[in-house]
Amino acid sequence: MPEFILEILSEEIPSCSQKRAADDLKRLVCSGLALSGLIVADHALTFVTPRRIVLVIADLPMFSPSMRKERRGPHVNASLSAIEGFFKANGITRAQAEIRQTPKGAFYFALMDQKGSMTATLLKQVVESTLADFPWSRSMRWGSTHESWIRPIRRILCLFEERTVPVQFAGVKASNVSEGHRFLAPVAFPVRAFRFYEESLRNAYVILDPAERVKRIREQAEGIAAAEGLTVISDDSLFAEIAGLVEWPVTLLGKIEKNFLNIPKEVIMTVMRVHQKALALLEADDTLAPNFLVVSNTETADNGQLIIAGNERVLQARLADAKLFWEQDSCQPLRHWGNKLTECIFHARLGTLADKVGRMRKLAAVVAECMPAAPLPLVDQAVLLAKADLATGMVGEFPELQGIMGRYYAWRDGAVQEVYNAIAEHYRPLGQSDSCPSAPVSVCVALADRIDTLIGFWILDEKPTGSKDPFALRRAVLTGMRLIIENGLRVPLFVIFRKAASLYRSAGVFDVRSLLRFFTDRLKAHLQEKGVRHDIIAAVLESGEDDDLVRLSSRVDALAHFIETQDGMNLLIAHRRAMSIVRREENKNRLASYREPVDVTLLGESAERALESQLVTVTKSCNDAVKAERFDDALRTLSQLRAPIDTFFECVKINSDNSRLKENRLRLLSHVGTVMGTVADFAKIKG
Amino acid sequence: MASVVHTKPTPSFQSIVLALQVFWAKRGCTILQPYDMEVGAGTFHPGTLLRALGPEPWACAYVQPSRRPTDGRYGDNPNRLQHYYQFQVLLKPSPNEAQNLYIESLSDIGIDPRAHDLRFVEDDWESPTLGAWGLGWEVWCDGMEITQFTYFQQIGGIDCAPVSVELTYGLERLAMHIQGVDNVFDIDFNGAGVSYGEIFHQSEREFSISNFQYSNVKTLSRHFEDAEQECWVLLRGGLLFPAYDQCMKASHCFNLLDARGVLSVPERAAYISRVRGIVRACCEAWLSRRQTRQRA
Repeated sequence: MPEFILEILSEEIPSCSQKRAADDLKRLVCSGLALSGLIVADHALTFVTPRRIVLVIADLPMFSPSMRKERRGPHVNASLSAIEGFFKANGITRAQAEIRQTPKGAFYFALMDQKGSMTATLLKQVVESTLADFPWSRSMRWGSTHESWIRPIRRILCLFEERTVPVQFAGVKASNVSEGHRFLAPVAFPVRAFRFYEESLRNAYVILDPAERVKRIREQAEGIAAAEGLTVISDDSLFAEIAGLVEWPVTLLGKIEKNFLNIPKEVIMTVMRVHQKALALLEADDTLAPNFLVVSNTETADNGQLIIAGNERVLQARLADAKLFWEQDSCQPLRHWGNKLTECIFHARLGTLADKVGRMRKLAAVVAECMPAAPLPLVDQAVLLAKADLATGMVGEFPELQGIMGRYYAWRDGAVQEVYNAIAEHYRPLGQSDSCPSAPVSVCVALADRIDTLIGFWILDEKPTGSKDPFALRRAVLTGMRLIIENGLRVPLFVIFRKAASLYRSAGVFDVRSLLRFFTDRLKAHLQEKGVRHDIIAAVLESGEDDDLVRLSSRVDALAHFIETQDGMNLLIAHRRAMSIVRREENKNRLASYREPVDVTLLGESAERALESQLVTVTKSCNDAVKAERFDDALRTLSQLRAPIDTFFECVKINSDNSRLKENRLRLLSHVGTVMGTVADFAKIKG
Repeated sequence: MASVVHTKPTPSFQSIVLALQVFWAKRGCTILQPYDMEVGAGTFHPGTLLRALGPEPWACAYVQPSRRPTDGRYGDNPNRLQHYYQFQVLLKPSPNEAQNLYIESLSDIGIDPRAHDLRFVEDDWESPTLGAWGLGWEVWCDGMEITQFTYFQQIGGIDCAPVSVELTYGLERLAMHIQGVDNVFDIDFNGAGVSYGEIFHQSEREFSISNFQYSNVKTLSRHFEDAEQECWVLLRGGLLFPAYDQCMKASHCFNLLDARGVLSVPERAAYISRVRGIVRACCEAWLSRRQTRQRA
């Protein structure tokens, strides 16, 4: 069946925007076609290079199918004008309309047969509206156009069944022509089919598929490295970024002077990555090699000699700068740079970094009380030095080296291992996929840092809202939650929050619950990823009373396990039955409350008495188990209620004519709910 | 390191400038001269900042000495200067072949695009003082950033329609790359024995000392206030160009204050927003005057 090819050729697209752009193009065109009944997503492929975004759909039919569309109109009892208006708007007569019963009553429906149309016509519409409404996070206009794209569009290739689809956008008319590499083959060529297109591009020094470019870069890099007896330091995100900068990758080997190798290797690698997108290499003994790999976008007559020389010169100058920073920073102990934090603003309304460190010291001391493995003197030393490297020249120039430089400088000053490691590790985890530190001193500093930041912004009422989170506070919450859960830290967050708030002068009364809610929301997401049912998590987390994340987590685990057992299922049914009766009565009579104690003297029937006495026993042992955090035991104890509840429902008529008896029985059921509620909110669990 | 082989004689600094002027003059650019005030970048030149606004086509090119007091290194750093040259091109509306024209211009100054690795690497440009932003790239030649390439979207907070493209060649970097020298002061300036260092080394040193040690915070803040006041007075008098001169003056005072390292973060932000305020007023005055000009 016929094939569709779309290529938007533009000036260079930022590497980081390419993948999403290709995905969006596919999604939007396919969903546009799907509205006309053309379901094609499975046959659609996208490709992207620095200059082109490409969509190919194989097997598109020539016509879209006929479809029956229906539109609901007004209610049959609506005003005459509304009804006539509906008929007119849809071009039907009263006789052609259909009356259908719906849960909300009888409505008029207009049924219309939509004839299929030529796919080529549809494609023009869908492509044009996709281009016009493309969801770029940042786009631009150029020349005298009103339309925008990520960078100026220079050509549109749009073919269906080997014929040009006359798409028009931003002053560019689509054609059946593409062009090759900017320098190596800047000539236009006509396109007929995808397989020829891909081949023509390859002959014109363009590799269309980003995955193939990554593969090529990797193979070239490993080949060159192996020939020199070296290995490439693999960095997938750097490979992907480079693949977005070149259409024709040619990897070249350059040298750096050996005297730079006494600067820390993270510094050298950062300089290479940030300034040149260059790859670092290792010697056989795992030390950094005096070489680098740079991926150029071209082939030259001199096999890249000029390109290598140019890159070497630039890298040399950058490394010379870095070396100077390293030497200047090393003239003073790290402590000295720490003193300079009085001049570094943390946030205009939250003081300097020195202020922050001051608060962190006091806060970390409180956190350390909950962590016997984190000795206070070491924690305090680590906090004092944790931010000191932010005042050094190196971190000023390369902010991504924060923590890493501090670790080197503290190590050089003779700090103990726990302390210098904490300086680097307290920034981690950096996000969802980064691993979490486990060394107690590091964890303690990391947590104090995040909570201090969060409380500060909460006091300023700069909580994240919607998509707005300029201070990355959600990430601070997420990583704080991970530090607590993954290390099993038993920290009373309300206490810590209040302490942290008291360290800010202008705090006032601090709403600890609003911040805890953010933590439990992250915990919720974390547990869901582990596969725990949504309703079970809600049953434990939603009360917002417990500020111990580890306890909440183990409670969720226990409940998730219990609810899968037969006992759990049965207890849930019993609970639901009891509660629905109580709620119904409460709704009937708004004044009624059945929370009052049960009047034992009114319990006449044996089933009532049995339930009551079981309730007393269960309440006691359940409370004990909860207190001891044996949640499995607590739940098992609760399941002992099930039999007496069932008997109660079988033998006792709740709706007694005697209103006092009836009220007393409802109280009894209400108390079943209360005791179960001490473990979880069973009403939230779906059966 | 591999040795650099050139087939043609290596162009001097001044012949690079001359070649760029000839190239862009041939492509229809009006060749302006540097603006005679201290500015942080060629963008401040009224030939760019004001003329990029409004619908009239316009194309110009010029050298602009630029001053960035914070980048001063007493003449000790091989790559950093507080005074350097930009070669600036502005094309309005941006032509379809802007990138190709630029690449062609490189051939004329000794960079053969088939022998080097030229890359357009994302760089979004934003100038909070000018209330301006644009999208484009920094152009890399063998890993060295040699040009800023920007499609202006807004200036003075006003949408650019049509859009201009601004090319800013970093002349010292280009010359270092073309001549294969590692130290800016070693650049061959005139092709006849005069080096960049001979002309500028002493002034770099002296200006660094002056900017970092002598410049007087009180005097500078007063100059800033005066320029800002003056700007508003002149605008009220309908004198747009003199008013815009005061914007450049204020901006340079701010840069000098910044170099003294005495501005806190909020103070800095406040200064920037004050400059943006007067620049914006000048841009608006330029546009409204344009309309009067048209009616006349």
